[in-house]
This record gives sequence, structure tokens and C-alpha cells, in this order.
Amino acid sequence: MSRNPYVRPVSKTTWYMRNGRYRKYMLREVTCLLVGFYSFLAIFALAILAGGSEAAWNDFLVSQQTGFWVSFHAVALIYYLVYMTFDWFKLAPKALPLQLGEQKAPDWIVIVAHYVAWVFVTLVVFGLVGVF
Amino acid sequence: MAIAKKSVVWGLFAAGGTIAAFLFPVLIALFLLVASGRTPEGLHFGPFHAFAAGWPGKIVLFFVISLALWHAAHRLCVVFHDFGVRKDKVVARAVYLIAAIGTVLTAYYLYAIR
Repeated sequence: MSRNPYVRPVSKTTWYMRNGRYRKYMLREVTCLLVGFYSFLAIFALAILAGGSEAAWNDFLVSQQTGFWVSFHAVALIYYLVYMTFDWFKLAPKALPLQLGEQKAPDWIVIVAHYVAWVFVTLVVFGLVGVF
Repeated sequence: MAIAKKSVVWGLFAAGGTIAAFLFPVLIALFLLVASGRTPEGLHFGPFHAFAAGWPGKIVLFFVISLALWHAAHRLCVVFHDFGVRKDKVVARAVYLIAAIGTVLTAYYLYAIR
């Protein structure tokens, strides 16, 4: 090894800005903040529910009804779908390669199966909650 | 890390990721409906309390929230590293502690709903 190896200077904080692939990777990975945020929002809702007071629950629902939360949830939903859910499905054939007999099934089958399952699960949950 | 241990960690991570990918859009959409003043019937106090008071509801809510938290914590460690915070051990401890607190709180509140 050379005594004075050349180390290419790479910024530790902005390295992903050099390349579109890295930027996409970062856009995808930060969705974990949304997962954490909504988990804790759900826990907060459970805490109010555990209080056992219908008035407190209704106050919580009303406190959510602001323009800020509408836009926050709308933007979060679109961002989350694009960079978490759809990205996860895109990677699914690599994580769950499907073997059919001797051959590996084409990737699109696994991807389409994920989308179908996702639409089904979404409709079931919406149905159970009474959205329709 | 031993291979056996690793498979458990990765299994939980993948399970949490699958739950987060499949169910969190629904969760966000439900919060959006509530925020826009169209709270669906099932999220009114009576039906939702009854759902969370029953064992199927408790089990579903506990697994969804705790696995999603574990998944997010696992990923957040890497995100901190990628943004230039190189104190990996401190970050990991803090992040997993928060996920553990969230899991305990979920269990406690679900237990308290009856």
C-alpha cells in the first residue's frame, strides 16, 4: 500500500446530492420518519381512547380538523405512497423471488401480486372502518 | 452477530416494512379523513373503543404499531449515519429506546382500553 493514499474528499452531509440514484435512496429512506411519526400519532390516539372519555375523544377528533393537518396528511400520503409503498413493491421481487417449477417467475408477477394484495387490504380496512 | 440472531432481527425488520408499506397509507388516509371533517363511522368513540377493547383489535393494533416502530428505528439509524451523524452507537441506543418506549406505551394503553 502506498504510504500516502489519495482519499477523495466526500462530504459526509451532502454526498447524496452528487448522483440521482443516491438522492432517490435518501428520499426513500427518510420515509422512516413518517412511519415513526404516524406510529406515535396512533399511540397518542390510543392514549386518549384509554382515558375512556367520549368527550375527550371527540375533542381529539376536532383538534385534528385544521387546514394544517389536512395539508400535512395529504402531502405525507402522496410522498409516502411514492417513496415507501411503491418503492417497497418495486423491490419485492428481489426480496421474494418466486420459483415456478424449474424457472424463476418474471418480476412483474410478484410486483402485480403485491399491488393487488395492497388494494385488497386497503379496501378491506376502509370497509371495516366504514369509509364507504 | 450470530446468524440465528440476525435472521430474527431481519425478520422483524421485513415484517415491519411490509406492514408499513401495506397499512400505513391507509392509516395516513384515515387521519386525512378525520382532519377534513369526514370521520368514518368506525372511528367514532363507540365502535373504535369496542374494536380496541376486543382481543382481535388489541392484537392487530399492537403488532402493526410495534413492528412499524421497530422497522422505522432500524432504518433511522442508517439515515442518521447517511446525514453525517457518525455516532452510530449513541444514535442506535436512543432510537431503539424510543421504539421500545413506544411499544411499551402501546401495550399499556391497549391493556387500559376495556
